[in-house]
Amino acid sequence: MIQLAYLAAAVCFILSLKGLSTPATAKRGNLYGIVGMTLAVAATLAAPGFTAYGRIAVAALAGGAIGALLASRVPMTAMPEMVALLHSFVGAAATLVGLSAHHHGVHPDVIARVEIFLGVVIGAPTLTGSLIAFAKLRGTIGGKPLLLPGRHALNVAGLAALLALGAWYVAAADGSPLWLAALVAGLLGAHVILAIGGADMPVIVSVLNSASGWAAAATGFVLGNDLLIVTGALVGASGAILSTIMSRGMNRSIGSVLVGGFGDGDSAVDGAGTPAAQAMAKGVNVGDVETAVELMRGARNVVIVPGYGMAVAQAQHPTWQLVQRLEHEGVRVRFAIHPVAGRLPGHMNVLLAEADVPYDQVFEMDEINPDLPETEVVLVLGANDIVNPDALDRPGSPIYGMPILEVFRAGTVIVVKRSLNPGFSGIDNPLYYRDNTMMVFGDARAVVEAMVKELKGAPVG
Amino acid sequence: MMEGFLAHFTVFVLACFVGWQVVWKVTPALHTPLMSVTNAISGIILVGAMLAAGAGALDLGGWLGLVAVFLAAINVVGGFWVTHRMLKLFRRR
Repeated sequence: MIQLAYLAAAVCFILSLKGLSTPATAKRGNLYGIVGMTLAVAATLAAPGFTAYGRIAVAALAGGAIGALLASRVPMTAMPEMVALLHSFVGAAATLVGLSAHHHGVHPDVIARVEIFLGVVIGAPTLTGSLIAFAKLRGTIGGKPLLLPGRHALNVAGLAALLALGAWYVAAADGSPLWLAALVAGLLGAHVILAIGGADMPVIVSVLNSASGWAAAATGFVLGNDLLIVTGALVGASGAILSTIMSRGMNRSIGSVLVGGFGDGDSAVDGAGTPAAQAMAKGVNVGDVETAVELMRGARNVVIVPGYGMAVAQAQHPTWQLVQRLEHEGVRVRFAIHPVAGRLPGHMNVLLAEADVPYDQVFEMDEINPDLPETEVVLVLGANDIVNPDALDRPGSPIYGMPILEVFRAGTVIVVKRSLNPGFSGIDNPLYYRDNTMMVFGDARAVVEAMVKELKGAPVG
Repeated sequence: MMEGFLAHFTVFVLACFVGWQVVWKVTPALHTPLMSVTNAISGIILVGAMLAAGAGALDLGGWLGLVAVFLAAINVVGGFWVTHRMLKLFRRR
């Protein structure tokens, strides 16, 4: 009976992921997930020999209340941190269940001990790595990679220590090597993520998503529970796919991301003078809001490329007002999203949806690139590396080979940016120096609001 | 012991395959909700935690399980809830 309920729950989880294939079926997908979880928990409670209802109810209700509080309060812009935090809880739970299984004596043979050990050493770094990612995404600690001297040797030593502890645990079934392994694996996870720059966070969050799945699957092996194995494998595979998509979007291998040290994570310090004065000295076309608005009004097609800067400036709401104004004047406006725009896969889409932008007006890179040469005006809002032409034509560039939104092919590119400073990756962008590019300096939100105002004031027609 | 492991391992490999097939079909626009819903369903570790916490007396193993119940419950409720909040935002023209 319990097995049947578990099977039904597993099917619900698969349907839940399948639901996300289109926005129209996605809400039903989430519902399937909730049904699956309810079935699984109910079946477990009904298992013979299960008596500890009181304490479990207290712990689960307390956790549930905190989850509800977090989920109802988190702003959409903070979703990367929220996701990282949730990964850490799965890692922690997997570690604790592994340790608990040991102390309950669920280690009769070598296979069981290997399973417990794996559950702990996958769970612990998921916990610590996710907490570091959380702190980086939140800005509690800087995005700059922490590069300890001899860090690679440190990582190798950590892995060797884990192997030794594993052998000790499997041979002796003793608690000390297991707790030590949790500690070492946790430190190792934190160290690896500390060495990774802020620009690589979309890949890292995806890798940790995958790790949280494998941790749950390992727990399933420990307890001989197929539902945990299936669900963990689904989540692990999902995270692995996201990691693949993200690293392809940056033309990096997951390995090279994990080695760390890429990007300085902080913009260079300004020189003397205002951003506009500095830029003009470098021969950059600097424009004002009025000119930008005239260009967009005169266009048939406008494509808007949002980046992390749009999210930071909270410019998505005025941007949608701008779109509506332009559409009112007969301009066709579309959004173009690069796979690694922002700090989390799909984050830009959520922010635009929150600002009321219909999802059928938002296009992926591969869909929109062929249309860009026929687009009169592209408006780049707080994006940088994802529109850097060096990725296509300068083999020496660190981002060479990365797929980009080829906005330089459009008639005119209007770039809204606070200054000429390079972005997260610390790479200069030749797009800003091109003849068909016009820079409008300022905070994305302030600039877009000024554009909306300009359009309101302008005579219709 | 080996047969038991192999049975579970078979399930594991098949599930990886199913996950790989299904998740490639997820539209990139929904990758953030995909992450939060997988956060929620990996909260299935709640089941393991409940078994660990409810298996007998409240010894060290029981306490460890109980803390795991608490953490996994945050995931389940928090994950499904934020996913719902995000999906509610997506609208067609």
